[in-house]
Amino acid sequence: MTPMQRKPPEKRQTCITYPAPGSMGHTGDWRIFRPVVDRTKCTGCQMCWMYCPDAAITIDDEGKPVINLEYCKGCMICAENCPAKAINQIRETEAAQPPQPKPAAKRRKE
Amino acid sequence: MPKTISVTGNLAAAYAAKTANPAVIAAYPITPQTEIVEKMADFVESGELKAEYVRVESEHSAMAACIGASALGLRTFTATSSHGLALMHEMLHWAGRARLPVVMPVVNRALGPPWNIWVDHTDSMATRDTGWIQFYAANNQEVYDTVLELFRLCEDPEVVLPGMVCLDAFILSHTSTAIVVYDHDEISGFLPAYQPGHWKLDPDDPMANGNIAGPEYYYELSYAIHEGFEAARKLIPIIEQDFYKRFGRRHGGFINAYRCNDAEVILLAMGTMGEEAQLAVEHLRDQGVAAGSARLRVFRPFPVKEVQALAAKAKAFVVVDRSLSYGHAGAAATEIRSALYRGTHHIPVLGFVAGLGGRDVRYTDMITMIQAGFKAADKGEAGADQFYGLKR
Repeated sequence: MTPMQRKPPEKRQTCITYPAPGSMGHTGDWRIFRPVVDRTKCTGCQMCWMYCPDAAITIDDEGKPVINLEYCKGCMICAENCPAKAINQIRETEAAQPPQPKPAAKRRKE
Repeated sequence: MPKTISVTGNLAAAYAAKTANPAVIAAYPITPQTEIVEKMADFVESGELKAEYVRVESEHSAMAACIGASALGLRTFTATSSHGLALMHEMLHWAGRARLPVVMPVVNRALGPPWNIWVDHTDSMATRDTGWIQFYAANNQEVYDTVLELFRLCEDPEVVLPGMVCLDAFILSHTSTAIVVYDHDEISGFLPAYQPGHWKLDPDDPMANGNIAGPEYYYELSYAIHEGFEAARKLIPIIEQDFYKRFGRRHGGFINAYRCNDAEVILLAMGTMGEEAQLAVEHLRDQGVAAGSARLRVFRPFPVKEVQALAAKAKAFVVVDRSLSYGHAGAAATEIRSALYRGTHHIPVLGFVAGLGGRDVRYTDMITMIQAGFKAADKGEAGADQFYGLKR
């Protein structure tokens, strides 16, 4: 049984949440700083992928990070942990392409 | 085989915890509780108890570790006192609201400044609304028995709440008496293994507790905790009866009443003062005075009906509190007045604040208090609360 199929406990004694994409909403909206990966410097060590607290980093076919700006909060932990200093920080207001608001992820119904 | 050993109240709590066989103990030492967690460490180190002992850097972390362990579905134990309990306060709410049945002896001790390590109920009273069941013990055997009863009560699927058993600093914590103790096998019929039915952390079935829930959910979750307490209210007498059937001891359920049936004035107190009161009653009864005493054993859920029933035949209550809510009154007096006002029998309730910071309250003092209770009964009103023995 996958988590998504699991029934909530019958007794509503406490507040349980189940894993689902964006269960906290579009946290990308919270971002002040945007991480930008310099793919020429990136060695593909995947430390950023490991440290991202919001699982907003995936690894592409070349073994390099892709940051999901819909959910990246801009905490910059990825940049802090990048041994190659390949992740730069820019102000969200100065980003060339501001993130487009998208409809909320479908939430799990109780 | 049950064994009779001579131990302090602290060790009674530790032996009870060992009997309950917890999987995780996370604790930080504080006088006068230290002996409890020292003994637990001893049990784990010697191999007598197969448990994980987590040494943490504060009481806040101790409760956080207990919360994590209990959320994994493990029986969890800790102990604290006074400032340790105060530092733990935030996490007490997390344990209560997450419905995690952690069991914790609290050795009642005064708060500073000035530093004072002696008995005072203010520490646990300040945690009244954290979602913890509260028992107050009056002797070492009761400490032992109540820890076992609490595990059973708190882990019940209808209840699933944390619970504390409070014991008076030094008067119980550091005084040795003979108690009967059991091996885990001997109590496993009374206290089966904890099986969380409501929620538990499991990597194969991921879920989280405590994520944000707005005004549309929060109220119902608070009410669910209230329901847990109401379920505990029904179960407390049942569990005590089962304990009595198996082990031959009981401690009075919600209220340990002594010669109250024909009493005109009843003295109510908590902890060791509640037991000391029996001596005062004996002396007064020898002089033909119709006095009784009632020891409040459970403070949450509060025994409203039991207090009302106790008042039905009495002419006045005397309530002695070892705590003071500054600007109002003692904790038990406040609750008892509230309980009576909701009933039909509104007798005078004379409140005494006494014994703060470990000042001795003897049966002779209680005789004086009960005599003041008779005056209140004659007048039909209690008047202002009194600060017994205050040196001004």
